Amino acid sequence: MIPLFNGISIYFFWTDIMIWGLFFSLLAWSRVIGRSEQVKAQWHRVFESKVAMIAAIILVAYFAIALMDSVQIHLAHANTQPGSFLDVLLAHLISATERTYSAPFALHEFTKSTQLGLNGEMQQVYLPLKHVNANASIGMQTGEAIALGLLISAILIGLHGLYLAKRNQTSFPQMLSAIWLEQTKLPWRTAYVTLTSLVIVMSWLFKLSYSYHVLGTDQVGIDVLYDTLKSIRTGVLIGVLTTLVMLPIALTLGITAGLFKGWVDDVIQYLYTTLNSIPGVLLIAAAVLVMQVMINNHPDWMHSTAERADLRLLFLVGILGVTSWTGLCRLLRAETLKISQMEYVVAARAFGVSRAKVISRHILPNVMHIVLISVVLDFSSLVLAEAVLSYVGVGVDPTMNSWGNMINQARLEMAREPMVWWSLFSAFVFMFILVLAANLFSDRVQTVLNPRESVK
Amino acid sequence: MSSNQPVLKVENLCVELEKNHRPLISNVSFEINAGEIFALVGESGSGKSLTSLAIMRLLPEALQVSSGAISLNHQSLFSLPEYQMQKVRGRQVAMIFQEPMTSLNPVMKVGDQVAEVLRVHLGLNRKAAREKVVSLFDEVGIPNPEERYDWYPHQLSGGQKQRVMIAMALACEPDLLIADEPTTALDVTIQAQVLNLLKQIRDDRGLAILFITHDMGVVNEIADRVAVMKEGEIVEQAETEHFFTDPQHPYTQKLLSDAIPKRENFEDEALSPVQNLLQVNDLKVYFPIKKGIFQRTVGHVKAVDGVNLTIPKGQTLALVGESGSGKTTIGQAILKLVDATAGQVNFTNDQATQAINLVDLSEKAMKPFRKKVQVIFQDPFSALNPRMTINEIIREGMNSLQVGPTTRAEQDKRIESLLEQVGLLPEHKYRYPHEFSGGQRQRIGIARALAVEPELIICDEPTSALDVSVRAQVLALLKDLQKTYQMSYLFITHDLSIVPSIAHHVAVMQAGKIVEQGLVEDVMQNPQHDYTQRLLASAPSLVRQALEQA
Repeated sequence: MIPLFNGISIYFFWTDIMIWGLFFSLLAWSRVIGRSEQVKAQWHRVFESKVAMIAAIILVAYFAIALMDSVQIHLAHANTQPGSFLDVLLAHLISATERTYSAPFALHEFTKSTQLGLNGEMQQVYLPLKHVNANASIGMQTGEAIALGLLISAILIGLHGLYLAKRNQTSFPQMLSAIWLEQTKLPWRTAYVTLTSLVIVMSWLFKLSYSYHVLGTDQVGIDVLYDTLKSIRTGVLIGVLTTLVMLPIALTLGITAGLFKGWVDDVIQYLYTTLNSIPGVLLIAAAVLVMQVMINNHPDWMHSTAERADLRLLFLVGILGVTSWTGLCRLLRAETLKISQMEYVVAARAFGVSRAKVISRHILPNVMHIVLISVVLDFSSLVLAEAVLSYVGVGVDPTMNSWGNMINQARLEMAREPMVWWSLFSAFVFMFILVLAANLFSDRVQTVLNPRESVK
Repeated sequence: MSSNQPVLKVENLCVELEKNHRPLISNVSFEINAGEIFALVGESGSGKSLTSLAIMRLLPEALQVSSGAISLNHQSLFSLPEYQMQKVRGRQVAMIFQEPMTSLNPVMKVGDQVAEVLRVHLGLNRKAAREKVVSLFDEVGIPNPEERYDWYPHQLSGGQKQRVMIAMALACEPDLLIADEPTTALDVTIQAQVLNLLKQIRDDRGLAILFITHDMGVVNEIADRVAVMKEGEIVEQAETEHFFTDPQHPYTQKLLSDAIPKRENFEDEALSPVQNLLQVNDLKVYFPIKKGIFQRTVGHVKAVDGVNLTIPKGQTLALVGESGSGKTTIGQAILKLVDATAGQVNFTNDQATQAINLVDLSEKAMKPFRKKVQVIFQDPFSALNPRMTINEIIREGMNSLQVGPTTRAEQDKRIESLLEQVGLLPEHKYRYPHEFSGGQRQRIGIARALAVEPELIICDEPTSALDVSVRAQVLALLKDLQKTYQMSYLFITHDLSIVPSIAHHVAVMQAGKIVEQGLVEDVMQNPQHDYTQRLLASAPSLVRQALEQA
């Protein structure tokens, strides 16, 4: 626990530490690649596409929410539940818990309850919701939200515009007009439009969430918007951290097999063929059950349910990582086999360069594009995998917010008439936007980093 | 059709890039008569292949014909609708390509591939098509045509694949055959056979052949008339005899002198007694053939089978032979990049009086010798790591073998001077390999080897991927460096024409064995072994003349 001031202190779960560690190492890495003109030019080309720019901004928004949700804040004075920074921002949603289902923007509960009438008779009525302000005008609030959104994005765009103007050594108005007329190399106009719409949508959701349940409430009356926003962290973490586990295994085994050949290659090939032939869900289910038993036998390991949920998430990430390295490993092995026959590798050997140096200087830089492409592609499939696993019941802890759990809970209500659609709908829309953005972005990365493309 | 009637007439053909109208071919005009072989010669990028694609109307989408006319048997090709052009391709004009390996479908029987053409274009039934294919195979000299019909491409040798391609081209009895570098990927003995075959077909069928090549020796062998292309224009067009005896254009003159480099006076040097730098004794390199689940060794491929070589100090030994004869493996065994099965590689150090056998050394003990023996490769594109700057590429060897200065600034200075020595500019060191042409990359490869001050450089086909004029420059550079540093070269090549200009001694290799070895003059003028005689006889006559003058 790190104390800050006024009795406020922050602390981190294991997964929090990992995601922040990854965040800072990515920052450091981007500084490093910034030194190489070639790599810089390549990334520049990635962002020259408007679609990639839009996708990147959406991804950044998701990651920002996930990071906000990865700092646990503890308030010593207040009598609130411990929670993350995001929980503090959305505190009004946590306290606004209803009794049961309610539809988006509804004023009454979704189901009738029995109530004792004035004359003592039993009545079936729709009870009004406790935390809804029926007097608030949606139109007014929308107007205010748009104004707020425009103000925030104007500040952000202004700061960025000033930075660009300074870097290009032009005046600020000139820079803005160049951006508006799309004379800049990168599609900044598209970026600004995306940013503005994103900020407006978010401020609209935020503003209205004080008066209404914008996306309804679930079975136990928890606001669905809160649930969905909290699920972002789970999805992003599984997508990102799993690669962190999988990457070292795939890189080490793939390059070793390709470079050393012979029996080393045989062993590694048998290993991944065997692993590939076991159904993934079966392996994960078995591992999760084992872990469940272990956690139940050692209740003293964890201090809180949140911590238990976090440990289970970490474990799931590990399992997914250990089962998903085979595809990348196979690709890397083939590529390494090809590269190790290249004459520049032979030349390095003729110079007596050691194997380790051959790997780090000649092979790694030349397989990096494959790693990058498959990491970005895997991200979206891992987000989807989490949903599927939680749906089956072998995913994250049931107390943890996740899209899979949301879908799982909403499943039974699908048969109801009238249907309770909003839980499923929210989980679906948020997941869809994330996965679509990741796929579009990976498409662009693949086009640019494809070696055939760069031969020109 | 009488022989002076032009089959193909190209008039003022211009091709340009659609995007910015940059001309790629300008005002190309020529005619080809029936029964005539017309050679279009030029270096890479001169537009010779584009010309042939324009005739077939198969230009890449980014290019367009801006003006000019092409007529085939008095019929203008540009005015034909696409579906009629389909009939022209294959029936009236046929093409054969450089790479027989990639032009045939690997999962289809070769006979069926030819029969397919017949059935599509001539509407023959299965049985008639098969008979026709067998007779075609017979005509192009494929032995046992009946049996070979059912073979797959991988079962045939390179020369036989090219014969199948020729049979396919001839299947519909075209009037014009376009041959785009048809012999470039073939060994010299097979090249001679394919050239003879083309000549014979021309005579038998009265076929017009447009022969595209960069090789002057081949042109001299086969062509009736020659046109030289440079930067999209024809600079000279002449009858073959006049062309070789009396070239008019300065570019042509230069091309001819580069193509067949003259012998330099090496004799005094070669005969003067010098110390031997490297001696290879009874070297054997066998690769095991492994089979079954336990990877049992069931036999050996004898890549190098008992080779003896001597490389004198400051001189060049050329190692010639056809592909697969084990030349490259010898080079790699000397460098200890493959393990020798038996034999010795004795290196005579400057300091030590006694020779040291490199074969027995461990990797660690080998390290001091790594700087003595260096290597230059054939393919300038795969020889340099695309992710490293030129600076890093050259520095790598200096750091690894601890040669030359150790501080970064001094190393930078040395790299600059090395780049200047190989004819590049010092500021090139910050660039990446993809910014250079093939010849420049080969120079970088040479600078990389020079950086560690070697005494022996193994040149593994360093010029075979280069145009003749660039080849001449690289050879001149190598010779200069030899004079300056008294280096020795083991020059591995399949190209006989450059042997006299670079080598003092020559060794001829066949199937893992050295069949003949000696001074270039002796071996080339008076070959003793049959294989050497056969090799020399297959060389184009232009090359042969130069060798005899050696």
